[in-house]
Amino acid sequence: MAECSVFIDGKAALVPTGTTILQAAGAVGISIPTLCHHPNLPPIGVCRLCIVDVEVGDFHKQVAACHAEVQDGMTVRTATPELERARRFALELQVADHPSECLDGETGEPCELRDLARRYGVTKRRFMEDEARYPLDESSPVVTIDLNRCILCRRCTRACSLVQGQDILWIMGRGDESRVSPALSLPLRDTACVSCGQCLAHCPTGAIRDKHPLRPPVRPEAVVTSVCPYCGCGCQLDLNVSGEQILRVTSNFDGPANRGSLCAKGRFGYHFVESPDRLTRPRIRRDGRWEEASWDEALDLVATRLREIRDRHGPDALAVLSSAKATNEENYLIQKFARAVLGTNNVDHCARL
Amino acid sequence: MVGSNTTEQHPIIGIEMKKALRAGAALIVADPRRTELAGLAQFHLALRPGTDIALLNGMAHVILAEGLWDREFVAARTEGLEELKATVEAYPPALAAEIAGVPVESLVGAARAYAAAKPAAIFYTMGLTQHVTGHLNVLCLANLALLTGNLGKPGAGVNPLRGQNNVQGASDMGALPNVLPGYQQVHDPETRKKFEAAWGVPLPVASGITVMEMVDAIASGRLRGLYVIGENPMLTDPDLCHTREALGRAEFLVVQDLFMTETAALAQVVLPAVSFAEKDGTFTNTERRIQRIRRAIPRKGAARPDGEIICDLSARLGHPMVYRSQAEVMDEIARLTPSYRGVSYARLEGEGLQWPCPTPDHPGTPILHVTGFPRGRARLHGVNYIPPDERPDAEFPMVLTTGRVLHQYHSRTMTGRSPGLDALRPEPEVEINPQDAERLGIRSGDRVRLVSRRGMVEVNASVTERVAPGLVFLPFHYAQGAANLLTNPALDPVARIPELKVCAVRLEVPARSGRSGQACRDGGL
Repeated sequence: MAECSVFIDGKAALVPTGTTILQAAGAVGISIPTLCHHPNLPPIGVCRLCIVDVEVGDFHKQVAACHAEVQDGMTVRTATPELERARRFALELQVADHPSECLDGETGEPCELRDLARRYGVTKRRFMEDEARYPLDESSPVVTIDLNRCILCRRCTRACSLVQGQDILWIMGRGDESRVSPALSLPLRDTACVSCGQCLAHCPTGAIRDKHPLRPPVRPEAVVTSVCPYCGCGCQLDLNVSGEQILRVTSNFDGPANRGSLCAKGRFGYHFVESPDRLTRPRIRRDGRWEEASWDEALDLVATRLREIRDRHGPDALAVLSSAKATNEENYLIQKFARAVLGTNNVDHCARL
Repeated sequence: MVGSNTTEQHPIIGIEMKKALRAGAALIVADPRRTELAGLAQFHLALRPGTDIALLNGMAHVILAEGLWDREFVAARTEGLEELKATVEAYPPALAAEIAGVPVESLVGAARAYAAAKPAAIFYTMGLTQHVTGHLNVLCLANLALLTGNLGKPGAGVNPLRGQNNVQGASDMGALPNVLPGYQQVHDPETRKKFEAAWGVPLPVASGITVMEMVDAIASGRLRGLYVIGENPMLTDPDLCHTREALGRAEFLVVQDLFMTETAALAQVVLPAVSFAEKDGTFTNTERRIQRIRRAIPRKGAARPDGEIICDLSARLGHPMVYRSQAEVMDEIARLTPSYRGVSYARLEGEGLQWPCPTPDHPGTPILHVTGFPRGRARLHGVNYIPPDERPDAEFPMVLTTGRVLHQYHSRTMTGRSPGLDALRPEPEVEINPQDAERLGIRSGDRVRLVSRRGMVEVNASVTERVAPGLVFLPFHYAQGAANLLTNPALDPVARIPELKVCAVRLEVPARSGRSGQACRDGGL
């Protein structure tokens, strides 16, 4: 494969032809600020935050690093004072109509615009526009669309059409009237939306957010990578944890089976974990009534009854139904228990159902 | 795609299917219902439920008769061609199409398109397998793939999409009555000797019984004690009235679960287990990829992981099983299971491993059968059409087929507790074709009654072209309007899988003063 030799902020990089400047910079550990860019989506170059200076021969220009590809012999500067001023200005325009509670961090939601504005010292508005021009679209059972926080980065529309292939969300209107909306400005509920939440996963500002969050949003204390407990696709996901509870489940873009995609169940289906009606103590039924019991009491009873039946009727009078929800290790132990401890091959699970 | 509503049941694989379509791939969908992918397909073969063998034999007939098969692959890697030829000769396209209830041009066109696409992949799920001919249906699919050389190469294969997060792993681990971990047969003395040496006890010789047979064995008194872990047969088994009667008769029933399920309600002891977020371990997905799950939060109350409960109980029964970590359990699995031998937790960070992974430096196996088949040559099977166990008649003139919907999952113990998912599909709806709806004076949203030989449910109607005239579809997730009160427990004699996809029903508009809800044939429940 043909390669290009480039210099980025004085660092030499050798990258394949077709690499964008943003990717090449990332390869040598230089991060360029972005808003509309998402590694999961084709570049679109609308937020202008990733502008960089490039020089190749006589050519000297500012280009969008997410979009522009490297050329052999190119010199790139990513953070000149002029570029940083331009970025700050772009951010000032972006925050002009952004809700102040979001910029102040009162929502507790992650917001890439807020993070960048703080980094560039954009703490108050120079250009004021009216806030809250749009009513919330709460018609979907799973997401709330709050256009007041929308920065028109088009990540959601690209995710909806290019990742999910559903084509529900579009940019409607022109110029100052541009907004993200389903076609014909229909409420989301009245469209063929499948409630996958891919839009939410790609939104940088919380303009599209979970309608029924597990807990009020705060910054997670830990992010633990796991695997979705629903179908057999094996999608990796991130459990965002705060205190002793799951705060939210977010996309993991490194998962080999899903590369960040999740479906409605895999993204919104975790209230069961934190449900107040979870069983938390063993229960024994006595005379038709349920009584809570200690583990010792419950397991002694189970062991006694299993042993009685085995002694009286033989091991094949017992059977164990294992679970496709349990782990490999647990299934291994369960079948070992049936075979080596109870002494029967009567062990199965729901593969047939 | 055969009997798979992929965009609803495996949505992330569905995304890839739709991407392939946008890139110009041809799609054939064989499904009685007009699913989303069926609507996008070049050929939608809306076969009568349970006529897969006729349809697939008809396609094999076309591929052979028109010389579209891969002579080189068949000669080098298969046997049984003459047997297959002799069988499918009896299924000319016109006859096969008539049995399956599809236009003959579609059947012929689909056969040609499948044979022409190089490579072509087959995907199937339980729409194909939950029949009294389930295993034969799979053999017919394998015939097509073998005839066209579509095995052992990228983008090809016969791919079952597994319906639960770890149904692949549960099977791999030997949670099956006839095999030990890694599909090692319990009746093989060498295998038993190996496990007996590792576990230090003599092992039972005779194969055990399957889930459906367990229910019958309790009813007949042969089985006395049942230990149910993380399953809810009281909603997911066919013929729930029978299941309930049987489980009610169990001398001892213990249920280990997160919630007080319909099955737990019948138990004598209920043990609280933890969710995937509260424990370490691995799941194996539908592409045989072993991936780590990690404990993220503390256990709820006194709830404990399934494995820990089992080890505690083992000790009380005189056989201590002691492991310091789940990684140590995996090490024991690897020692005893050839296809997992190279697996260890250190290797499972990141993208995981696809089995077979026979050595610690083996990279895993994304594609099976590249150079050979386990038995040497793959066998082509001549399979004859057998109709479903229960066919429509004067008393029960319609066919019911069951399945899942996008926003719910199994018996809703998980999805039913999420307000968003619950709101998307709070109640079951029966899909009815407009012709049948008009004949019976039914509109969408009307309460209707479905009656089979085993039970009755009342649910709301959804009038839609997704189902053909004479066919109704009802999802099985719901405790109220439980589809499995109606379904037929007849089993495939080999795979022991019940025919959940076909039973005969009668559709009625309930009289306003009549019974409501649901009932067993004898009026119970």
